[in-house]
Amino acid sequence: MFEMVAFYIFSFLTIVMFLITVMSKNVLYSLSSLAAGMIFISAFFFLLDADFLGVVQIVVYTGAVMALYAFGMMFFDSIKDVKESVINPKITFVLSGLIALVIVAVFAAPIIADNISAYYPIHKEYGNIQDVGLVLFTKYLIPFEVAAVMLLVAMIGGIILAGKKMDVSITTMPEDEIDAYKHMIEETKDKRWH
Amino acid sequence: MALILNDYLIVSTIIFIIGLVGVLRRKNLIMLFFATEIMLNAVNIALAAISKFHGDLTGQMFAFFIVAIAASEVAIGLGLLILWYKRYNTINLDSLQNMKG
Repeated sequence: MFEMVAFYIFSFLTIVMFLITVMSKNVLYSLSSLAAGMIFISAFFFLLDADFLGVVQIVVYTGAVMALYAFGMMFFDSIKDVKESVINPKITFVLSGLIALVIVAVFAAPIIADNISAYYPIHKEYGNIQDVGLVLFTKYLIPFEVAAVMLLVAMIGGIILAGKKMDVSITTMPEDEIDAYKHMIEETKDKRWH
Repeated sequence: MALILNDYLIVSTIIFIIGLVGVLRRKNLIMLFFATEIMLNAVNIALAAISKFHGDLTGQMFAFFIVAIAASEVAIGLGLLILWYKRYNTINLDSLQNMKG
């Protein structure tokens, strides 16, 4: 009973939050509702006895990904409303409906075929975290290591892409040097793009 | 009356459709990124639900790797986005049509 109430409350909240994310014109509203939706999604994982996945969801999504988006937001003009130039909304909705039908079919196919046996069965007596650790560090050790390397590559890539011209610190410069630096940047921009 | 697998799959599909509508109607690139995050999360719910109702841990493992991939995608994507914004002063999708480097 408790499970059902929680499921319906959280599914309602998640769907409302994500609808705000998709429909809102303001980037900040969109970002905050996305963060809230991520937290509410972790409730599904706790309901599904995937405790570790729920904690990872909160830590990685609302801790890391949202902080990264909030950081990225500082580069963009987030106060003004976002203008969407949708040329043909009918096509959008027809396409979404068709793709959703395909997804339902894809999800329904393995359920109809009922003769599936568990590859790495869940041990109730271990608890979720220990069980996850056992499988992750034995059967999925190589993908785990590859994922670690991928995260490292992504970090280096992010630093290199976003960190251009960040070797100059404006806060430690005197006023006239800042003006000269700004002038130089403007000139190089004009040279490159005009 | 208890929850069955289909309840979770239906919620997951609804959230996925929301993300899909977002991807199709957004022209602002950062909003597009939000929509892809929504879609990744919807798939994670489906994987965790199937993992529970079939008594198999593989679904949860895949969900972990999807979380890792989402995190690195955001890092790289935001880096590229900041680079694009510095050059062209816009993050509109239509400004990406030109392939000239």
